[in-house]
Order: sequence, then C-alpha cells, then structure tokens
Amino acid sequence: MTQVSKESAGVVVEHLRAWNAKAVSQVIEYRGQTTIVVPKELLRATAQECKSSPALRFNLLSDATCVDRFPVEPRFELNYQLVSLPRVQRISLRTSVSGQQPIVDSLMPVWKGANWLEREIFDLFGIRFEGHTDLRRILLPDDFEGAPLRRDFPVEGKR
Amino acid sequence: MTTVDTAVGTAKTMVLNMGPQHPSTHGVLRVLLELDGENVVSAVPDLGYLHTGIEKSCEDKTYSQVITLTDRMDYLNPLGNNLVYCLAVEKLLGLEVPKNAQYIRVMMVELQRISSHLVWLGTHALDMGAMSVMLYCFREREEILKIFERFSGQRMMTSYIRIGGLALDPPAGWRAMVKRFLDMMPPRIDEYEQLLTGNQIWKGRLQGVGYLSPEDLVDLSTTGPGLRAAGIPYDNRKMFPYSSYEEFDFDVPTRTESDCFARYLVRVAEMRESVKIVRQAMAKITDNGPTKAEAPGIVPPQREKMKTEMEALIYHFKIFTDGFSPPPGEVFVAVESPRGELGCFIASDGSPKPLRVHFRGPSFINLQALPFMVEGELIADTVACIGTIDIVLGEVDR
Repeated sequence: MTQVSKESAGVVVEHLRAWNAKAVSQVIEYRGQTTIVVPKELLRATAQECKSSPALRFNLLSDATCVDRFPVEPRFELNYQLVSLPRVQRISLRTSVSGQQPIVDSLMPVWKGANWLEREIFDLFGIRFEGHTDLRRILLPDDFEGAPLRRDFPVEGKR
Repeated sequence: MTTVDTAVGTAKTMVLNMGPQHPSTHGVLRVLLELDGENVVSAVPDLGYLHTGIEKSCEDKTYSQVITLTDRMDYLNPLGNNLVYCLAVEKLLGLEVPKNAQYIRVMMVELQRISSHLVWLGTHALDMGAMSVMLYCFREREEILKIFERFSGQRMMTSYIRIGGLALDPPAGWRAMVKRFLDMMPPRIDEYEQLLTGNQIWKGRLQGVGYLSPEDLVDLSTTGPGLRAAGIPYDNRKMFPYSSYEEFDFDVPTRTESDCFARYLVRVAEMRESVKIVRQAMAKITDNGPTKAEAPGIVPPQREKMKTEMEALIYHFKIFTDGFSPPPGEVFVAVESPRGELGCFIASDGSPKPLRVHFRGPSFINLQALPFMVEGELIADTVACIGTIDIVLGEVDR
C-alpha cells in the first residue's frame, strides 16, 4: 500500500497555506492518503508551486483523472496524483468543475506529461482544458458523439 | 483515434503512415511520420484502435467482477493488473491480507515480470532482425506459463489475485516446479546476453538511439525501465513498498546513457533481480499458510464450510448476488509493473459497484515520449524506440 506519513503530508498543506491562504479549501485524509482540495481558479498556480518550490519538488505528475458525481453539482472532480522523486512523497490534488461550464486550466505548462492525461479526460468526459496546445480526442474516433464516461451516458451505448 | 491531415507535408517532407497493422508497432499503434528523406521530422502517435471501454464497464460490475476485466488490459502482465486493483479495493475496505498471501503475490508478480520482459526481449530482437532470440525467450516463457497454469488453471488471464487474498491455495508440488525454473533461468539469461550484449549489430542499432534527458523523461511522466535507464532509480517497490516488498533484498538496476541499449540492459538486469526476489519469496512462504483474509462478506468462504455452516452459505450467496459495499471515498494505489508505474484509482460512493475505476497505464503515458525520442532520427530508429518503450496496446487503449 502507498505509504504517506502524516506529518510529511502536513508539511505540504502548511507550505501551501503559507504560500496562499486561499489555495487549500479542504484537506481530506482517507486511508492514510492526503488529498488537497484546491479552488479551480488556483489549480495551475498551486500545481506550479508544488512543482517548483524547493520545499516540495513534486516533479512527476503520475496520474490525472475525473470522477463524475452526476446529478450532484459541481459534478466533476479532477484528481491529480503528484510524486516527488527527490522527497519520496505522494500527494493528491483535487478540484471541482461544474457541469454547465466544464472548463479548467490545463496543467500542460507545468508538466508536459499532462498532455495525454488531459486529452483522455477531454475525450471521455468532455471537459475542456484552457491552455492545452493539442486538445483532440485520443481514444475515440473524431466523429464520436458524447462523452462516454459521464454517468448519464448508458453503459450499453447510445442507439 | 484521429483523422490526421495527410497534406501537412511541405514540398520537402512527406507523411508516412506506420501502422496500425505494422508488425513492429506491437499491436495496433499507428504513427504518422513526417519524413525528410529517411529522417523523421515529426511523429504523431494515433491511438484507440483497441479501445474497449474497460473503465466504463467497471462501473456496471460489482467489485469482485472487475478483476476479470483487469487481466485483459495489459495482457503481458495480468497478475500485476489483478494486484493493483485488489490492493486498491483492499485499501478502500481497510482490509489486511495475510503475510503468506502477500509473499505468494510477490512471487507470482515477479514471475510475471520475467515473462513480460522475455516477450519484450524476444519481440524487440525480432524487430531488430535477430530471429533466434525470440525462440529462446518464448521457450522460457512457456515454463512460466506452465507454473501459472498449475497455480490458477489459466496460462494467461489468470485472475489469480483476488480481493483479500488469492483464488486458490498453491498446488501440490509447486516448490519443485518453481525451483526448477529458478535454477534454469540465470544461465538462460547469460545465453541471451551472449547473443546480444556484445553483438555489434545489436549495439549499432540501439546505442545512442532514442536519447532523452532525465529531466525531460520526468517531465513527460515516464516511469519504469525507461526512467531507470536515465539514472533515476524510481521503483515503486523500493520507494513506496506494497505487498511486503520492504522485506525483500533486491537492487534497482539503473544506467545513465538513457538510450535504447541502456533500456535493454536495465530490463535484462531486472530479470536477474526478479529471480532473486522469487527465491526469497519461496523461502518466506509457509506450506498450508493462510492465503485469504478473514473477512466474511468480502472473501468467499471455503467450499467445505458452505456445506456445514449456514453463515458461510449466506455470505457466499450475498457476495455473488449483491456484492459488498466499501465506504465512500477515493484511493489511488500504484505498483511497479514491468512497464512502469501502474496505478489504480477507485472512487466509491458506498454502493456495491464502483463509482469510477481508472487505471494509470504505464504504456499509455510512456508512449507520450515517443515523438520527442524520434525527432531527427531515422525510420529504423523509430522501430527501436517503439520497441524499447515497451508498449502493450491493450493497456494503452483500455
């Protein structure tokens, strides 16, 4: 199981709070895993701080994915898994995106590796990433209609 | 999948369509190469030919039913996929698996790593024009598949690792079988190295090809042998140990050249380390030790108990009709697959079916580095780069 010691995750939270009081809107501790909830407007700036701050150095973006909480609004939750190779630590960032306006800042300017991860979310959830240089469908054909991983898309497909 | 404007070629360049039925793309990868003579100007990978919507299917299955789907993603590493999914569900449930079952899991996953690297080595050598290595590699892989068949009844899609433990107890006579394989394997790895490591053609095709700096690789989220060949010893088994890996003594092989040859050397060295780990795991496993956690309602009861105990029968019925409901929450678990960091994200809403299951496929993410590796190189080097990234299209497309 992923081992994240509590005090080291606390260091990240403290650092981000000191950096910008609004950056951390909530801290979720679940099964020893720390998730920092970030307001949508501050997502890219917070990610940049996590990467470039000498105290944090989260240089690897491991994963990005989306959860659809339909019909609850804001329905989309974006989850980013960050790894700090020099400090041997993992942390999750989360932000909420509404269904009426599914647009969020791309993290491509921070990590180049966000490219395909965001294309996959765009493809399967229909969330647009502002500032992504190559936002095209990646898995589905170009003429596919709808976003199949949304909860209101039937499992057996649309007829 | 995408339709690409084939008119992008300028007067000087042409666009060549490589795949999706090209043998060196290991499945159905399509790469659009913009060429200037034989030099690659740009490369655009085009995915999705094998997309089956596994993540969507998971949302309509109970937690135990998802296991069979995970086998079919990275079909060279089904046990690793089972493991990451089961670890994630166990984390969601807060379920502790008996040590003995953890050791058996480690043994199986390391055998799987050897078999996956063998397929990689064989097919990559085939791409590079060395026919015979493939035959040698598949000969040894067959022995591993026989071990899997004896343990689980299946050669490839084993579904052997289950939530809370294992599907079955180890079969009679397994120690002799695994030991025979372990004794045979190191000299066989020497054989492959004799054929390839000093081979001038092999070196000529791989050395200095597909270089990327360690900083670029990290920025592109590359993990696994590709990153370790650039000198960064990132291995989940060491850095974020799971399934009792912290009790095992093994090295993380690294190189610093960050070219295709270094990636080859790292994988061969990893096979030797895996043999070491399997040996240690064998010593740790106790005969007739527990292989399942004591968790009524989650882990199916033993057949014999169902015939004598009412509760066991009820639990069995409940597990296979209703399933079980983990508490609401989200977990992310990562393991080291033969290709890199294999992650599983599960969001539970407290119902018997997962709200969301997402797999971080290392093949998918490592493939992002391909355009950066091949720019300015030859078409033949593109084949070498695709090979040493080691993609499995089942996992890329899911």
